[in-house]
Amino acid sequence: MPASTPRTGRRSAPAPDTAPDDAPLIQAKALTKRFGSYVAVDGVDFAVRRGEVFGFLGPNGAGKTTTMRMIACVSPVTDGELRVLGMNPASDGPAIRSRLGVVPQEDNLDAEMTVWDNLLIYGRYFGLPVSVIRERAAELLAFARLDDRRDSRVDPLSGGMKRRLTIARSLINRPELVLLDEPTTGLDPQARHALWERLYRLKREGVTLVLTTHYMDEAEQLCDRLVIMDEGRIVAEGSPRQLIDRHSTREVVELRFAQPEQQDAALPLLGGTGDRVEPVADRVLIYTAHGDDTAAHVAAQGVHPDSVLVRRSSLEDVFLLLTGRSLDE
Amino acid sequence: MSDAPVRAAGPGWASWSDALPLLRVTEREARVWGRYWHTSVLTGVLMPLLFLGAMGVGLGGLVDDNQGTVQGVRYLAFVAPGILAATALQSASGDSLWPVMAGIKWVRTFHAAAATPLSPGQVYGGYVTWIGIRLCLNAALFVAVAALLGGVPSPWGVLAVPAAALGGLAFAAPLVAYSAGQDSDLSFPIIMRVAVMPMFLFSGTFFPVDQLPDWLEPLARVTPLWHAVELCRGATTGSSSLAGALGHTAFLVAVVAVGCAWGVRTFRRRLAS
Amino acid sequence: MSTAVAFLGTRRTLRVVERNTRSYLRMWPAFLTGFLEPVFYLFSIGIGVGALVGRLPGPNGPVDYDQFVAPAMMAAAAMNGCVFDTTFNFFFKYKYAKTYDGMLATPLGVDDVVRGELTWALLRSMIHSAVFLATMWAMGLTPSGWGVLALPAAALIGFGFAGAGLGLTTYMRSWFDFDYVQLAIIPLFLFSATFFPLAQYPDALGWLVRLSPLYQGVAIERALVLGDPSPVLLAHGAYLVAMGWVGQRVAGRRLGRMLQP
Repeated sequence: MPASTPRTGRRSAPAPDTAPDDAPLIQAKALTKRFGSYVAVDGVDFAVRRGEVFGFLGPNGAGKTTTMRMIACVSPVTDGELRVLGMNPASDGPAIRSRLGVVPQEDNLDAEMTVWDNLLIYGRYFGLPVSVIRERAAELLAFARLDDRRDSRVDPLSGGMKRRLTIARSLINRPELVLLDEPTTGLDPQARHALWERLYRLKREGVTLVLTTHYMDEAEQLCDRLVIMDEGRIVAEGSPRQLIDRHSTREVVELRFAQPEQQDAALPLLGGTGDRVEPVADRVLIYTAHGDDTAAHVAAQGVHPDSVLVRRSSLEDVFLLLTGRSLDE
Repeated sequence: MSDAPVRAAGPGWASWSDALPLLRVTEREARVWGRYWHTSVLTGVLMPLLFLGAMGVGLGGLVDDNQGTVQGVRYLAFVAPGILAATALQSASGDSLWPVMAGIKWVRTFHAAAATPLSPGQVYGGYVTWIGIRLCLNAALFVAVAALLGGVPSPWGVLAVPAAALGGLAFAAPLVAYSAGQDSDLSFPIIMRVAVMPMFLFSGTFFPVDQLPDWLEPLARVTPLWHAVELCRGATTGSSSLAGALGHTAFLVAVVAVGCAWGVRTFRRRLAS
Repeated sequence: MSTAVAFLGTRRTLRVVERNTRSYLRMWPAFLTGFLEPVFYLFSIGIGVGALVGRLPGPNGPVDYDQFVAPAMMAAAAMNGCVFDTTFNFFFKYKYAKTYDGMLATPLGVDDVVRGELTWALLRSMIHSAVFLATMWAMGLTPSGWGVLALPAAALIGFGFAGAGLGLTTYMRSWFDFDYVQLAIIPLFLFSATFFPLAQYPDALGWLVRLSPLYQGVAIERALVLGDPSPVLLAHGAYLVAMGWVGQRVAGRRLGRMLQP
């Protein structure tokens, strides 16, 4: 491991009040959060194992952030059971938070202070001695590729840099578990890939990552295991591959029409094509095991869309098939 | 975690072991201040001294020519503790409005602190503690300069420093709680103009409250600032009775306590709900 | 560009004013309470402390202290009425809200923007002054007929400070620089012969006070309200007009360089 690698809490022996190594780091049973009469999280069950990357995939308003806030011990559980690092957030909040890294949806860096000040101040919140912070901050700045920005103010940094700094900051206490809420929302594609690469590295080092996202490509790229959430409930759970195998077909044929009327006219002709036909706003999706055969069959029916695309199934399709809606709705 | 001596204490605001970590939030404010201290010198130190020069020395010359003394002392000595307490109130309110909105909503730095072992109550407590420290520093400088100018006739005047800070906190503790509960800063300028400004001018700061119209005088006597002015003036002029000083102190401490209870609740609601 | 145009504004200028009026109507409580500060000072210092001060020598015999302070507060009201809009708001609009980028994409030019902001600030300043003058009249603090000229004189003060505010704000780099606004306003407010006459200052300081921009306004307002007009008031007025004119020219030139480089 190179000297600049931020070592993580993985290596340290668990404290006596911690769950044994094979027990889940997070365990939720019938976890529920209500705000007044509004049910944000509606009796969800999940378990996060040590060392894995676990994702919550779902559209905005699915209850992902609320679930994350409960795990981070900044939102009391209304009902059900939640254990984080073997402890109860209701009674052991500070002890749990001292071993978590939190990357919130919106960066909450000290904008008027420098990059280095931000790491220092955050480290002091954990009660770390300044000498320890100094050492770790140097490693973390290298990790976040911000060494040359050590003394610049945060305000003028790019969105990707601020995000990397927020992640570096969340590692100052060498957490065993890092929570990332929509880590790449609002970033351009290049910055997203740079960030994913940093997250892979954390994963390789054995840090357990829990993230929320509404990007299916992000979930597929990063997550070992994920749950799909919709309207406060978990609708499916598994690895990306498992979810696709279980809930979708191998391939998808996408038909696009120039006019909505043409799409409407074509639909009756597509009955019985593939395993399932799903018309969405601007195209028709046909789920099938063999895309090319299905595409040929479509042409044989006398349907001639503007474009025909054969592709492999994705988590987007899983979500559509399970909820009847698309992720970005 | 051998190299991370982080052992958060048990829950609860009141326990001593829990009260200490809140100083980490105070430390953050001190570090930010260290970078932008000139702001605070300006509003916290220079402004009070400008008022002292204008009202105490300039206007004071006219008052002394006209009637000699006010409540047994030269006008400079009368007005100095008033300005001390009133500018403490003003500086405390500045720290209790927009910066709090920034921490809760605009920049969300309080949320960052609440994601660490610190509790919302500690975030509140640490912030208010910082306001108190700054009030003490500003007040100490002011009392020193006022003493040089002859505005502090009694050695008891040193007690005006904690008195002024207490008065400022009696305003900051509830006001930070109020600001943290808001969703926008629309009401802030109004608070400054219809609460802070009138208190600044009519709570016995520049002239005795018994000169106020009969209907206004009782109102002035229930403002935290009047109690702070009386406490400071009692100290700097050495005219206070022990009972009177204790009474004013008790009033201010009670307001701070109520403010803290409100603040802990509001911060919990905004940072952990 | 002539001062008259700056005062009256072109039709395009008025669109900037219109936009500001609309955005302000939503914030009326803040707008309304802006009047209160000089009134509070008049009551506290003018009347409250005035009882301790007694009478001061005036141009036509001794005057009560509140009569001495009131015209100075009128000048302060005119200054206060335009400071916020030409500093904080102006900075916010060109730096963060990008309000002017939107305006400059229309037929409006940089000069229209500056004149518009100047006119708007002047308008607010006049409203503050008018309300204050009415308060003075209601309290019997307008002994002389010359007092009717106090309002046009307040326009000169508003113009001077609005122009200066716009010009200086284009030099601001961040919010922290706005401490200098406070640093300028408070000494002006306290030491422009507002609360005690020039005679109270040591000689050297007295000359410094005579150079203060607010002192020009205070001198004009006090002379008019107490019924003591003299040609020297024209010099005070010229100072204010020059200050405003230079300020808005600087603002126009620098804003042009910033927004349309």
